[in-house]
Amino acid sequence: MEIYRAHVLVCTGTGCTSSQSPKIIEEFEKYLKANKLDNEVKIVKTGCFGLCAEGPIVVIYPEGAMYTMVKPEDVKEIVEEHLLKGRLVKRLLAGNKELKDSVKPIEQVEFFKKQKRVALRLCGVINPESIDEYIAFDGYKALAKVLTEMKPEEVIDEIKRSGLRGRGGGGFPTGIKWEFAARSQDTEKYVCCNADEGDPGAFMDRSILEGDPHSVLEAMTIAGYAIGASQGYVYVRAEYPIAVKRLNIAIQQAKEYGLLGKNIFGTDFSFDIELRLGAGAFVCGEETALMTSIEGHRGEPRPRPPFPAVKGLFGKPTLLNNVETYANIPTIIRNGAEWFASIGTEKSKGTKVFAMGGKINNTGLLEIPMGTTLREVIYDIGGGIPNGKKFKAAQTGGPSGGCIPASKIDTPIEYDTLVELGSMMGSGGLIIMDEDNCMVDIAKFFLEFTVDESCGKCPPCRIGTKRMLEILERITGGKGEEGDVEKLEILAKNIKASALCGLGQTAPNPVLSTLRYFRDEYEAHVRDKKCPAGVCKSMLNYIVDEQRCKCCGICARNCPVNCISGQKGVPYKIDQEKCIKCGTCLEKCPFKAIFKNA
Amino acid sequence: MGEQGCCCCGGVDEREKKLQEIIEKYKNTKGALIPVLHEAQEIYGYLPMSVQKKIAEGLNVSLEEVYGVVTFYTQFSLNPKGKYQIQVCLGTACYVKGANQILEKLQEKLGIHVGECTEDGLFSLDGCRCIGACGLAPVIMINDEVYGRLVPDQIEGILDKYRKG
Repeated sequence: MEIYRAHVLVCTGTGCTSSQSPKIIEEFEKYLKANKLDNEVKIVKTGCFGLCAEGPIVVIYPEGAMYTMVKPEDVKEIVEEHLLKGRLVKRLLAGNKELKDSVKPIEQVEFFKKQKRVALRLCGVINPESIDEYIAFDGYKALAKVLTEMKPEEVIDEIKRSGLRGRGGGGFPTGIKWEFAARSQDTEKYVCCNADEGDPGAFMDRSILEGDPHSVLEAMTIAGYAIGASQGYVYVRAEYPIAVKRLNIAIQQAKEYGLLGKNIFGTDFSFDIELRLGAGAFVCGEETALMTSIEGHRGEPRPRPPFPAVKGLFGKPTLLNNVETYANIPTIIRNGAEWFASIGTEKSKGTKVFAMGGKINNTGLLEIPMGTTLREVIYDIGGGIPNGKKFKAAQTGGPSGGCIPASKIDTPIEYDTLVELGSMMGSGGLIIMDEDNCMVDIAKFFLEFTVDESCGKCPPCRIGTKRMLEILERITGGKGEEGDVEKLEILAKNIKASALCGLGQTAPNPVLSTLRYFRDEYEAHVRDKKCPAGVCKSMLNYIVDEQRCKCCGICARNCPVNCISGQKGVPYKIDQEKCIKCGTCLEKCPFKAIFKNA
Repeated sequence: MGEQGCCCCGGVDEREKKLQEIIEKYKNTKGALIPVLHEAQEIYGYLPMSVQKKIAEGLNVSLEEVYGVVTFYTQFSLNPKGKYQIQVCLGTACYVKGANQILEKLQEKLGIHVGECTEDGLFSLDGCRCIGACGLAPVIMINDEVYGRLVPDQIEGILDKYRKG
């Protein structure tokens, strides 16, 4: 084996790839060669480190120095200073100022301190396109243990005792799901992986598939053994080209190594995995719709029962878990159920991965022990709200979830507490909102999403959500009527009770939860025709502060509809009739003399 | 994908040959329709009725079934796309960071709505659900190129880059 004195880890997740990490790798190759270091320093293309906001990210070992926002033109300096002369390039080092004088390993960068990585164990650590690196980090050891030392019942028992619950949203106990599928008697059964991450603004599953695809394949094979299936399907979004590519490579490699296919580890057990690409339909994240889609049809859900464990894909008993759930399995088998159960809280064991975005300094991917408070996530890991703004609410669970207001910021994050607050764990999307976000507008955003994505099969979802959206459009358009809020509530309750699948049943949640905590905002829109956050355009006026106006005319020159008039010595005025409320004047005014009147 | 855009003449037989190969490859696979549609769209850039008919015949399913699937999934398109396909991310992270203003600016500058293509066939405009670069919000994607941390004023400059080819 070749030994290298240093390793340069470059993130090749979607976020960093979008900000030029492939070019950075090319530059490293070029300059390492130019300095004759290519035999001493190895470049490793890894998955996501998590700190996407600071990307592209480069980490150099043995020091563990983390460089952020690296540009291709910085590479020459990193090679010549750090790798050749052993001097850190301080201006690019991650983290707080105090860290910049000495290198601390990346685990001590504030963003990582409170995290615990189980599902993301190898994301940002190994090259996801190399099965050897996965094996070097105990990969496929759990599968070997299961196939050679454990009976299927013992595997299921281990998962049950670990307390693992489904990470896709609902939080159903995974071991019990496996047991149901194992009990169904049939010659043919299937194991499916739900990688149709539909929540807009969530990228946990994608990062796992991009950063550590073998962990999912290993877990699915273990599941196949436990329930008695020999065929697996990964249903993955077509919008994730990098994940698809790496999954294909991983399946190929596993087959070459005899870790997929016939007689795995020389036992009688055979298992194969195929990919199926989604085609952009949110409802396909619902388990019955997902299976209908794999079968090649319109992804419409079916009524349950029969549950998939009895009659699922192609009419056969089927086990379906999501990516993150699977990613926990190998570690649970290796370290034991007790180890896993020791992390987290009484009813929510282990960790949860979140994709944090919106109005937060450290946008990115994080994994925390269950029970961590929202405050710790936002301020310690997330680095707080940008531009000194006030935290207003956190949205979890995407279009099926709800908003947690600032007053509940000390709530520990676990399945049941979030449901009590009217939200849900969801798959892990976590959108932070500040005082500039209008909660009625956010509710409308999610309703637009569900109306668009409703498959149309059942009327409560097809017609009901559309009616709700119309009311929200009226309210945000300044035409809200007395009684609209109450109508929304009635519709929401009826849709929840009568829709066919999870998508419809949870669609009203964003409205119900914002109504619960921000009813005053709805009422301000309806009664006073005002949007307190200054978002809903029809209720806004842009006004020139005559005291501050220096009569420079920049606003008038930039106005796209020429509705601002004035002249030297006379403060400018905006014609409210003509104004289209685009906000250009406010952006352009160098003297902050234009303000929004909400 | 993307490069071939609208109906470019020539090579028609070549494309049909490829389509037949794809149908042949998947013929005996369970749930073949969606993978075949994906690959057919790679070849043609979109899925015109003539292509759907051939797929229906080849896989021995009704045209109604094929059309039903094509119109159900947003990834499949019945219309040709522009040479440069602009996708505006409308995921939650981008939305709270002003993706709507970016979209409005694009519609204004291109003179088309979402789902349409400019008359010269150069640009088509679509909204999409999260391309996963939330750290760079708000983002747009033009063919395979991602533009992040955008403000509306940058749009003109970006479009010009493509107009000049």
